[in-house]
Amino acid sequence: MPPLKMNAVAWGLLAVFGIAAPFLVYPVFAMKILCFALFACAFNLLLGYSGLLSFGHAAFLGTAGYVTGHTVKALGFPPEVGILAGTATAAALGYVVGSLAIRRSGIYFAMITLALAQMVYFMCLQMPFTGGEDGLQGVPRGKLFGVIDLMQPLSMYYFVFAIFLTGFLIIYRTIHSPFGQVLKAIRENEPRAISLGYDVEKYKLTAFVLSAALSGLAGATKTLVFQLASLTDVHWHTSGEVVLMTLLGGMGTVFGPVVGAIVVVGIQNYGANIGEWVIVITGTIFVLCVLAFRRGIVGEIAALFKEVSPAATEGGEPDQPG
Amino acid sequence: MTGIFGISIQGLLGQLLVGLLNGSFYAILSLGLAIIFGLLNIINFAHGAQYMMGAFLAWIGMRYFGVTYWWALLLSPLLVGAFGMLLERSMLKRLYKLDHLYGLLLTFGLALIIEGLFRYRFGISGESYPVTELLEGGKNLGFMFLPKYRVWVVVASLVICFVTWYVIERTKLGSYLRAGTENPQLLQAFGVNVPLMITLTYGYGVALAAFAGVLAAPIFNVNPVMGSNLIIAVFAVVVVGGMGSIMGSIVTGLGLGLIEGIVKSGMIANLLSSTFDSVPVAGSIVYPIKLLFSPEASAVTIFVIMAIVLLVRPAGLFGRER
Repeated sequence: MPPLKMNAVAWGLLAVFGIAAPFLVYPVFAMKILCFALFACAFNLLLGYSGLLSFGHAAFLGTAGYVTGHTVKALGFPPEVGILAGTATAAALGYVVGSLAIRRSGIYFAMITLALAQMVYFMCLQMPFTGGEDGLQGVPRGKLFGVIDLMQPLSMYYFVFAIFLTGFLIIYRTIHSPFGQVLKAIRENEPRAISLGYDVEKYKLTAFVLSAALSGLAGATKTLVFQLASLTDVHWHTSGEVVLMTLLGGMGTVFGPVVGAIVVVGIQNYGANIGEWVIVITGTIFVLCVLAFRRGIVGEIAALFKEVSPAATEGGEPDQPG
Repeated sequence: MTGIFGISIQGLLGQLLVGLLNGSFYAILSLGLAIIFGLLNIINFAHGAQYMMGAFLAWIGMRYFGVTYWWALLLSPLLVGAFGMLLERSMLKRLYKLDHLYGLLLTFGLALIIEGLFRYRFGISGESYPVTELLEGGKNLGFMFLPKYRVWVVVASLVICFVTWYVIERTKLGSYLRAGTENPQLLQAFGVNVPLMITLTYGYGVALAAFAGVLAAPIFNVNPVMGSNLIIAVFAVVVVGGMGSIMGSIVTGLGLGLIEGIVKSGMIANLLSSTFDSVPVAGSIVYPIKLLFSPEASAVTIFVIMAIVLLVRPAGLFGRER
């Protein structure tokens, strides 16, 4: 199957399942998947296309969640403005964390982002408005643009789906823009990108801020879905989960993180009654992915089609189609 | 009694001792990470879990087999070290040719599995481990109370760190290790069994973590998550010190522990108040800095220092880029 056709099939599946999801599964579960899928796609922009492994992305998800929760609950912001406030805060935090982290590369980058996220975690634990261990509960969903009542599960679902699609399209456009090509060039060979005259630091920082902002968008939306912002969202376990979603689905593929998010959220949801085993299973999938399936689910499928019809690799996109 | 900047001398000395104690743990753990990274090029995320295993093995030994503290101090590192070598032989060695990030991801997965299994078996409430009879109680020095066990921990850690430094920097065996860090292919050509050396090095690094775990057992609550929170702080220590030098990681670990203790005593916050509060404009400018160094914020001290070091000297205090 040629890559362009495969992409079309994937888009079709996304649209059909996206629209039909609330009639197939519990709507809150579908919304949770959409939020984490957007989070993972935003993360993939950094890991898959820029080669930067951030181990602290929970900080952006969680902080945006708290800001949205606080502005909507305590300051009475309408939901759309609350989400924008959360996203903007995540972008600003992303600028600060990114400026520090891009000073080192490779595993140091991962350790710095993890450490700074841990700092954010402690701050969320201590600040008065976050509610500490209890979190920020009972956040009202409110009325979208003052008209649409978001307490209706279906209206809320399609609102979340629209947000997901917006974020997803932004990422898709970014990857396929000249900017995205430069990011890939940096990932493949940084010294060469520098010698070609690209301001590598600026590109990395822009990608980092964009990724942080979209992660924030996912976190802000998630707060409205669950009407709750909690410490779980800032914890390093969540940072690890998003790495797992991307790795499992296939890093550097457009649709991989979505597939990864569906699998991981599914395991958490249906495995809630097996308690601590969820952590063990998560860890086991991590180990298996690294040892045996480094291309991830979507990456393996794409590779399979390439083997069947080698002609498919000619033309189309140089990157794995998603 | 007179004080320094509004802090009683007892209070300050007490916090300094706590700082030295934490610093000892940072030093041993970051030393283990540095040795492993030097030869394997892997950041061992499972280090915290292995530290926790060391503490738990000591507790299990005492509870079920009547193993004394002193035997635990020997046996627990040996067992956990052997477990580490098993991991290296079965999994880690498959990753040496790949990007360093995969080592981080694999050991992250292993950490989740280990932590999850211990949580399943022992719950998260934790167990207490009594101080061995010989080291019970303490000495009253007149101006402060000196608990024997804590002094023992600091001395034992310093001795272990110094012996490790001596073996690596001053002996023939250590010269092989340093040669392996520089150029493993060439060393192998000289007839040294490099794969075996790598396995033993990983085992030793892991055994150091377990040793720290046994030392920590009587001080902290022995619980499955005791390692994961500590290891993130140790990552920050590693970023500050850089992993290029053995002595560097020891000094950085101890130094950061001490600074943390000083911040906890409130001395820096009081010093800033007494210097700047009388000056009208400076007082409000310094205010956020004062907050970051207030006793309540001591949990984030290490991360704040890491951020400062990244701004001033991105390669770390003792580091070299690699």
